[in-house]
Amino acid sequence: MRYLLMICLDESAYAALSPEAAAASMAEYGEFSEKMGARNVLQGGERLRPTADATTVKVRDGEVITSDGPFAETKEQIGGYFVVDCKDLDEAIEVASKIPGARIGSIEVRPIWEM
Amino acid sequence: MTAVEAAVAVAFREEWGRVVATLIRVTGDWDLAEECAQEAFALALERWPRDGIPRVPGAWLTTTARNRAVDRLRRASTGAAKLQEVAVLSPPSEPGISDDSGVEDDRLRLIFTCCHPALSTEARIALTLRTLAGLTTAEIACAFLVPEPTMAQRLVRAKHKIRNAGIPYRVPPAHVLPERTSSVLGVLYLLFNEGYAASAGAELVRDGLCVEAIDLARTLASLMPDEPEVAGLLALMVLQHSRRDARVDDAGNLVLLEQQDRAQWDADAIREGVGLLEAALRRGEPGPYQVQAAIAACHATAADARDTDWVEIAGLYGELARMVPSPVVELNRAVAVAMADGPEAGLRLVDALDASGALATYYLLPATRADLLRRLDRHDEAAIAYRAALDLAPADTERRYLARRLAESTTGP
Repeated sequence: MRYLLMICLDESAYAALSPEAAAASMAEYGEFSEKMGARNVLQGGERLRPTADATTVKVRDGEVITSDGPFAETKEQIGGYFVVDCKDLDEAIEVASKIPGARIGSIEVRPIWEM
Repeated sequence: MTAVEAAVAVAFREEWGRVVATLIRVTGDWDLAEECAQEAFALALERWPRDGIPRVPGAWLTTTARNRAVDRLRRASTGAAKLQEVAVLSPPSEPGISDDSGVEDDRLRLIFTCCHPALSTEARIALTLRTLAGLTTAEIACAFLVPEPTMAQRLVRAKHKIRNAGIPYRVPPAHVLPERTSSVLGVLYLLFNEGYAASAGAELVRDGLCVEAIDLARTLASLMPDEPEVAGLLALMVLQHSRRDARVDDAGNLVLLEQQDRAQWDADAIREGVGLLEAALRRGEPGPYQVQAAIAACHATAADARDTDWVEIAGLYGELARMVPSPVVELNRAVAVAMADGPEAGLRLVDALDASGALATYYLLPATRADLLRRLDRHDEAAIAYRAALDLAPADTERRYLARRLAESTTGP
């Protein structure tokens, strides 16, 4: 089964990390990706720019309405994601628990609706 | 009830969970499994009077339910691949002899799946009662005081989540087993407590839920004989339940432990509970349920209230507080300390808890304070605390007890 693992954390806290801490975090993500790649569960994943760079788009009565910022103001934002192919939810939970961001934020595990 | 009806009723109690659990493994379809199990029991009522009660009723029921599943899948055109799988697993041997030779009991798979931490607590309880204990949706709704459609919806959503989120149907592997086992034990104890102290409504002991919880723990203990905490939970529930008849008087009023008529305690249950606990403790792996059972055993084996070993109980609460720190445990420790070292010592602990604000909405905090103040003859302060407790108390029985105490404090000596 495929799952989307969304890394939700307080991006302002993340932005406030010292350069050393940020570099260490990047290295941890590199290690995670390598391990999960070798295990053949990782299908993709990206880091996202902060919500300050987000744009929300909707179409109403045929008109495209564009606004600055994320759709919802929440304390935690999606800072990145991975797409994984796992045996079952237990394996997805195990993989999610190894994402470095799980220790400061939380990971939302969503099964992908296969069409 | 005829002999056959009685045999079917016994088989239902003993075999329902096993039949459903096996059918879920074989078909992968929770609804189909339940429906076919139901049909198998209905068929037993029809066939057993004519053919006689089978030597192994559980095997007859499982085989019959499986055959119904094969029939149904045969009729459904989309079930072709599934059908092949079920047919392979369903040898055409005569009912009553074939049995499942799975390494683990399917009920263990079922209970771990029902209590998976990815499901909400309400969903875990409802699923466990429906699929393992065989309660109807209406019965579960009634026990939890929610409308039947709400409970039906809860069950449907839980089953959808199991399928859509890929919750595996299996006993978890060793590295997550302790954590998952404690989730299962937590569900069973919640279920028991829901029955023991109804969170709303007039009936303090909803005995049915307690009995279901004990039955499920008994099954779990037989399936996991090497887990002393499972036996510890079973012992705890059996010991608490031994007091059910003495806990409420004829008028439905709550009777405190120290005033209960100990002749009404169930001596067989106490013997069983103490025996279970001693066997568990001998394994040398103590845990929170074993400690709580040890506390219950102290009460259960005291000849009368004065004879209670409060020093031992206060020590056990101290141990429990180290294992699972919580304000509720601390409150109970305060009560034990008050009994062992006097109400003033207890009141100091209760006041510290009160100041921490951790139990601001829990009626037993002001109720305990009130009780200690009353024992110290500080009646005006006791009355204020009883009123605070009354404002927070959930069930009618407990409210009546507090109102009585309040009346005593305001008109008392």
